[in-house]
Amino acid sequence: MHSFELVKPKTLADAVAALADGAQALSGGQTLLPTMKQRLADPGTLVSLTGIPELQGVCQGDAGIIIGGATPHAVVAREAAKYYPGLAALAGQIGDPAVRNRGTIGGSIANNDPSACYPAAVLGSGATIVTNTREIAADDYFLGMFETALEEGEIVTAVKFPVPQKAAYAKFVQPASRFALVGAFVAQFADGVRVAITGASNNGVFRWPEAEAALSASFTPEALKGLTLPADDMIADLHGSAEYRAHLCGVMTKRAVMAAG
Amino acid sequence: MTKTSMTVNGKAVSAETEGRTLLSAYLREGLGLTGTHIGCDTSQCGACVVHVDGKAVKSCSVFAQDVEGADVTTIEGMANADGSLGTIQQAFQDHHGLQCGFCTPGMVMSSAALLAENPTPTEAEVRHYLEGNICRCTGYHNIVKAVMAASGQAVPAE
Amino acid sequence: MPKDGGIGDSTKRREDIRFLTGKGRYTDDINLRGQAYAYFLRSEVANGRINGIDAKAALAMPGVLAVLTGADFAGMGGNPAGWLINSRNGEPMKEPKRPVLAHGKVRHVGDAYAVVIAETYQQARDAAAAVEADITELPAVVDMAQALADSTNLVHDEIGTNQCFDWGWIEDNRAAVEEAFKNAPHVTTLELTNNRLVPNAMEPRASLADYDAGTGDYKLYTTSQNPHLHRLLIAAFVMGMPENKLTVIAPDVGGGFGSKIYHYGEEAAVLHAAKVLNRPVKWVAERSESFLSDAHGRDHVTKIELATTKDGQFLALRSETMANVGAYLSNFSTATPTFLHGTLMAGPYKTPLVYVNVKTVFTNTAPVDAYRGAGRPEATFSIERIIDKCARELGLDQAEIRRKNLLTPDQFPYTTPVGLVYDTGNYQATLDKMTELADLAGFEARRAESAKRGKLRGLGLSTWIEACGIAPSNLVGVLGARVGLFDAATVRVNATGNISVMTGAHSHGQGHETVFAQIVAEQLGIPATSVEIVHGDTSKIPFGMGSYGSRSLAVAGSAMTKAVDKIIAKGKKIAAHMLEASEDDIEFKDGNFSVAGTDKAKSFGEIAFSAYVPHNYPLESLEPGLEETAFYDPGNFTYPAGAYACEVEVDPDTGKVEIAAFTCADDFGNVMNPMIVNGQVHGGVGQGIGQALLENTSYDENGQLLTGSFMDYAMPRADDVPFYKVDHSCNTPCTHNPLGVKGCGEAGAIGSPPAVVNAVIDALHRGGHTHVSHINMPVSPARVWAAINSK
Repeated sequence: MHSFELVKPKTLADAVAALADGAQALSGGQTLLPTMKQRLADPGTLVSLTGIPELQGVCQGDAGIIIGGATPHAVVAREAAKYYPGLAALAGQIGDPAVRNRGTIGGSIANNDPSACYPAAVLGSGATIVTNTREIAADDYFLGMFETALEEGEIVTAVKFPVPQKAAYAKFVQPASRFALVGAFVAQFADGVRVAITGASNNGVFRWPEAEAALSASFTPEALKGLTLPADDMIADLHGSAEYRAHLCGVMTKRAVMAAG
Repeated sequence: MTKTSMTVNGKAVSAETEGRTLLSAYLREGLGLTGTHIGCDTSQCGACVVHVDGKAVKSCSVFAQDVEGADVTTIEGMANADGSLGTIQQAFQDHHGLQCGFCTPGMVMSSAALLAENPTPTEAEVRHYLEGNICRCTGYHNIVKAVMAASGQAVPAE
Repeated sequence: MPKDGGIGDSTKRREDIRFLTGKGRYTDDINLRGQAYAYFLRSEVANGRINGIDAKAALAMPGVLAVLTGADFAGMGGNPAGWLINSRNGEPMKEPKRPVLAHGKVRHVGDAYAVVIAETYQQARDAAAAVEADITELPAVVDMAQALADSTNLVHDEIGTNQCFDWGWIEDNRAAVEEAFKNAPHVTTLELTNNRLVPNAMEPRASLADYDAGTGDYKLYTTSQNPHLHRLLIAAFVMGMPENKLTVIAPDVGGGFGSKIYHYGEEAAVLHAAKVLNRPVKWVAERSESFLSDAHGRDHVTKIELATTKDGQFLALRSETMANVGAYLSNFSTATPTFLHGTLMAGPYKTPLVYVNVKTVFTNTAPVDAYRGAGRPEATFSIERIIDKCARELGLDQAEIRRKNLLTPDQFPYTTPVGLVYDTGNYQATLDKMTELADLAGFEARRAESAKRGKLRGLGLSTWIEACGIAPSNLVGVLGARVGLFDAATVRVNATGNISVMTGAHSHGQGHETVFAQIVAEQLGIPATSVEIVHGDTSKIPFGMGSYGSRSLAVAGSAMTKAVDKIIAKGKKIAAHMLEASEDDIEFKDGNFSVAGTDKAKSFGEIAFSAYVPHNYPLESLEPGLEETAFYDPGNFTYPAGAYACEVEVDPDTGKVEIAAFTCADDFGNVMNPMIVNGQVHGGVGQGIGQALLENTSYDENGQLLTGSFMDYAMPRADDVPFYKVDHSCNTPCTHNPLGVKGCGEAGAIGSPPAVVNAVIDALHRGGHTHVSHINMPVSPARVWAAINSK
């Protein structure tokens, strides 16, 4: 990989300052490092966010749970289980155990890989992304494949999740990468159901309004009968055609509803 | 180049690093601990798994400077104090859980992390936990057997 | 049997201790003082003309020592194909030169055209970005049918065609086969592909070259399955030096599966660079380079037809295959689709007439060569799939159609219509054993249980055979081989009775260090722990053709056994002198030389000591010392065979296939270490399941590799496979080698893919999707779902 300088701030303020002049943030690095090995990224300075205590941890807030931006997936899988089991279960399905020990929620949603798991939970929960400068509603945050509302130098410091009555994630893995070929996250709140799909669309994670309406009326697998998504904007690659992904969206949503119980 | 220090297999060590020096390179080239292997460049194969502060990580996907001061355990640190094979290592030998040996260090380190979290995993749990460690030789049969045996559980006769 | 394990004992592997403690010594673990590092520049286009390479900027960068390009190697020889195949019209195959580094043209993505040598690897990589290569992209030839039809876009302009050869086997059978098809009551036809695979041994290829300017000697540490073959190819063919100036050392090697048989340009390049710079030069492939530049496997497109009676008796079989050889002929690439494929098309069956046609095709893709099984998996897949389809068409049971056509034990030795002589076997026995172990009788109950969970359960069978123990030299010489395929061993008994065995086989996972010691210990009646196996170093070993084609035990093991026989014969002479008896009266048993009918005896250790301290010794008629070498050339191939059953569950909503059970009943002849044999079968089956369900090598129409990393190339993981049931109790010892062994390394990869695919088709049929007659491998969820919904 290209040469760079690694800096390790101990506070968020120092990290923000270090990022001010075009440096790139490094969180768990589980996606960034392979990219850098291919020399597809050439940051002059990398600012590690892993040593900043205020970005770590899972805690209960006024309106749900708050997860520090640099909290590894394994910590979320373990510590969020008592507050939000559906979210913890999703975190426990990301990558593999070693990746979960390094990869972080902030890194995942800042990258917004169209096949990543976390965006489904964040959008499907209607979470709020907290940065060093503002709070962004999930609905306004994911702007398309690898695109987010984050500005240059802006850091995801936390994600605030409202806790639904029921939620589950059903993931159909791409057999090589183990990312989601299609993943569906469903969450039932008092005021309705949210459904978010990852892995399928050329535009990244998206909500499925028809499924949300049907499930809001009746939170049962049968409620989804007859609902389909158009294949037009779906990803087509070696691992599945657009039609196949559109089909899997229905299957995985149904399975998520069944898993949510 | 800067000097980066950490504890590896119980010993305080240090070696010269650049920002881009991976933990795997630090171990292999800086410290001469060549038991940690590099089998891919996409964080997939798991041959490089070591423990950092007790957690399994892929050492090819961590910068050495980012884990400065950490407590690292590698395959070289897994034997008993008298040099005999540790429980998991012994189970791998007893059940022929390795062939070419290249993925083996990562397999042993991941298995150790599994058994630390879950002392008596089911077969399915073992298989699922090892999904980030690729072996091309064994068809996984004897690896899964070895891990279950190391946890004191019954394994298939063959 | 020795107390610590002789023949037939599941002795634990001694090599495991170093591998389990991080003390293995693979090529990248070796460092020489002052070594520099190489990074290869590889083509980003599948076909291109090299107009010029400007290295000036790169040479000015920190740490850079040299930049070498194809021009620096243009005077060297080509890396040759090891097997000459003639076309049906008698013309020899086309053999374009394969240079060390591409020169003039690049012919596949990943084709190396320059190498940067620097003080550190990062410096070499940094400088590579500054090398300016002016390469004009040309249209790529990727699809085999198009390549054959195309006379303007050529991979190698100088040969005027993209066809390497058009081979018929056996040409004299052709007319009779055609006649049989014309008159056949039933003909089953199937078009299928045998998917291209990337071997992906977990250790990427690596080489470390050293040059001694004082003596002019080269030394190469490299990831090789056969260091002597590497020495031969590099010294005699490519670099043009006497073999005695080159030592090749293959230390611990992290898997091969065929991909490390071959000599690759990087090896000669670092050797040459070591001389130019007068420093050791190391190169270690990154995995992404392995994907682009290791020889791939399989890649056949086949039309196969089976003529039968209405009740399923096989009358004739014929196939037409296009086999991809990629951009250059790799060392075994011409043998793999021909004599390792066509000669197996009779399978274990009585089929009286067989004709095989193979056209090999150059394309702008990585070279394709032998990968675990090599040709035999392709043959077995074609045969076992067409039998499955035929049985469905005729309404016959899958086991019954096989049983009806399998050769019977009284037919051996059996000369097949495709030129092999099977020496022995009992295919009914392995089929019966598999039927019992897999509980085929209980399948329907399991299917019903799966159905309750919404899953479609299917059962697939495969009765397979292979020819291995490669190979009788005189026979393969007639067939076009340019090398002998014997092997060699030296058994050195040291003065205090311990033994070093120098074997021409190379262990890269097979456990030779343990098993070969077991055999010698058994023969000599001494502890296995006093036997050390030495392999992988041309300076220590007399000669050897290495390990591939399930040949280590059958060929190199036989050489070792013969050398031990010589040790015993010499020991008898020494014992006769010491015991004042006639040599004819000396018996050797359990480690003791004794005079028949008396209690006079000398232990093996006493004899060894006497050979090195020859105070009471027949020096006038016998040389001191106790060391013997034997070369062994097999009298025939060996023919392991077996019967496999696979049960799958298909999720009809997603198309995902899960392996519910996999059972193997194999005949490997005599088994030396059952634990290791089981492990070999597990590994082969794991790879076969990978081929059947997961592994897909895909190039786009421009020749870009779409599956160039583990992110897109699906390797089998622990949760993709079940525990396997493996049995090798039904054995018919090989009749022509001293150990009666047949070989087990490739079996699993040969027998398993058709069993898996047959099971998927069976599941779909039982689930009512009877319109699906075939799905090409890998049988991915998307393909299964598409097939179900293709009506």
